[in-house]
Amino acid sequence: MNGRTFGWFVAPSVVMMLVFIAFPLVFVFVQSFHATQSVFETVKVESCTPGFLGQVCKTEERSRPKLDAAGQPVRETSFIGLAAYRTVLQPDAVWAALAPGGGGWDAVMAVDFYRALRFTLTFTLVTLPAVIGLGLLIALAVNTMARSLRGPLIFVSLMPFIVTPVIGALSIRWLFMGDGILTAALRWMTGSHISMFAQGWTIEVLMLVYRVWHVAPFAFVVFYAALQTVSQDALEAALIDGASRFERLRYVVIPHLKPLIVFVALIHLMDAYRVFDEVVGFSSEAHRISLQFLTFNLLTPDQAGNRAVTRASASAMLTMVGVIVLLVPILARAWREQRGRA
Amino acid sequence: MNAALRLPAGLRLVIGVFVIGWVVVAAFPLLWTAVMSFRVPADALSGNPLDVLLGPRTLETVGGGLGIGVTFEHYWAVWVTQHFYRNLLNSAVVTFGVVTISLSVGTLAGYGLARTRSVLAFWLLVAALVFRALPHSVLVTGYVPAFLNSAHWLQPLWDWGATGWLFHPFAARAPTLYGQPLAVIVVLVAINQPFTIWMLRSFFENIPAELDEAAQVDGCTAFGAFWRVIMPVMWPGVITAGLFSFLLAYNDYLVTALLLDSQSMTMVPAITQFLNRDSRASEQIEAIAAAVSITAPLFVLVMAFQKQIVAGLTQGAVKG
Repeated sequence: MNGRTFGWFVAPSVVMMLVFIAFPLVFVFVQSFHATQSVFETVKVESCTPGFLGQVCKTEERSRPKLDAAGQPVRETSFIGLAAYRTVLQPDAVWAALAPGGGGWDAVMAVDFYRALRFTLTFTLVTLPAVIGLGLLIALAVNTMARSLRGPLIFVSLMPFIVTPVIGALSIRWLFMGDGILTAALRWMTGSHISMFAQGWTIEVLMLVYRVWHVAPFAFVVFYAALQTVSQDALEAALIDGASRFERLRYVVIPHLKPLIVFVALIHLMDAYRVFDEVVGFSSEAHRISLQFLTFNLLTPDQAGNRAVTRASASAMLTMVGVIVLLVPILARAWREQRGRA
Repeated sequence: MNAALRLPAGLRLVIGVFVIGWVVVAAFPLLWTAVMSFRVPADALSGNPLDVLLGPRTLETVGGGLGIGVTFEHYWAVWVTQHFYRNLLNSAVVTFGVVTISLSVGTLAGYGLARTRSVLAFWLLVAALVFRALPHSVLVTGYVPAFLNSAHWLQPLWDWGATGWLFHPFAARAPTLYGQPLAVIVVLVAINQPFTIWMLRSFFENIPAELDEAAQVDGCTAFGAFWRVIMPVMWPGVITAGLFSFLLAYNDYLVTALLLDSQSMTMVPAITQFLNRDSRASEQIEAIAAAVSITAPLFVLVMAFQKQIVAGLTQGAVKG
């Protein structure tokens, strides 16, 4: 295919990604340095009250929103520099907290952004090995089952993966609701009444467990498919060389799966960093929030109906910086490979 | 299989127990909530699992059969009293739009990328990978103010003669895009596009290039070869990519919650309306009934398309 034909085939997709992904990104970047506010004007108002032998008048200055010809408040966008980033990152509060005698770690965690960052990173790094481990175990186990059982096993395993994330989280929460079955089971096992939604760390554990439950099927299916192509010759050769079951797994099967483990890890890193639906499903915002939820929350209208768009843009940009840091090693590798090929 | 590779009985037992354990863990939460949705609150929220399973109080107050109480009152409340079918219609509009546009744009690009070895194609795929990693909230931050003020900044398109004739038949003035399911389609298609082209590209790579070369020797244009020769053998891949586009659009909460209002809400964000009202017990069960209603189509989907879903999950892996 020559360059021209290639151009025609990819043009709709490229234009779409430029207009609806790249352009909005630039827009958010610019927006994070600008604030739009109603313009206020100061007017002299003379108010008089009737008094003895004439009126008592006084003049005072008041500020009120300026209105345009149509009676709408005039709004004006101005450059505010890094002010929005300062509001999100609160460097002064961090310095104060880290200074001797400051509140330390707890005081830093009182700032929403650091609270969200801490949770998002913990979430990403803890679920990653759990998803790969559980997925691998299920794949190895299902691979030993009779062929007729494998189809139904894959069907059941796909359900947690395919269910709407918010609803999957809700369905687990409902098991604990009121005197729910799992609350009762916990009491029966531990002998004490544990309320899973009363404190932060139990919710966090549930959110981690939920995500592993939700994504392990994906890892399972990918690994299971790859297990079908493990070379039987290599396995038998290892057997003749006296390799134990574990050694065959360690030196034949795992190396065969390695590119897929990298693939699942990459996809999971991207997806787990975006953690959001769990915060909604478990209503954990009082205890645990994620970076995406922070932006979401700033974009949601408050009591007065205002959306903190500028601060949301700043927090969105900071979230994106995190993704780039996460992807840099992978992109660097792609760059080296491409240069090697050229 | 070689006899020496066969598993010893002890290990077989451990594996059997593990698999049964996983099946229970995988299926239990969804099945249990489905059962809860058919019980009156006194049974559904009971601490005794037998009450939930058999629903004795439901049997007393509503009825049932075979000694098991069943009630449909929560489904009635959700679908008839709360007009949940409106949310279903919005979901249908959004998912249909996302799937059709994603696929038409994506198959063209996926085919182009699969048949080229240029540096440009390589960097296009890397750019798509970066976009794939982008948190959706970053994009939506750009869309929220643009959608709210669209009546203002789109108006020039209506006033300018060269484009005005095109837009006027649809509306007399530029519309406010906020709260329009049709406008949300574009956002979700854009979010979905990087993933779609990666997946479709790897499906196209499985189709031998000799096929389109032969077609072009026989006198087809490049597009003719794509449309008449490649597409007919490409349907399994298109169906798989369509399934994943469907899931993205159907399951979305973040984008639809921010860009739609209560009138135009799709089903998933609408479910929070059942939770946020200071919930009486029966409203909690209504939320469960709504959740089960949303999950049921997905259940059917896995049943019908299990093979394609598995193919989609492994496809990116094998080629990527």
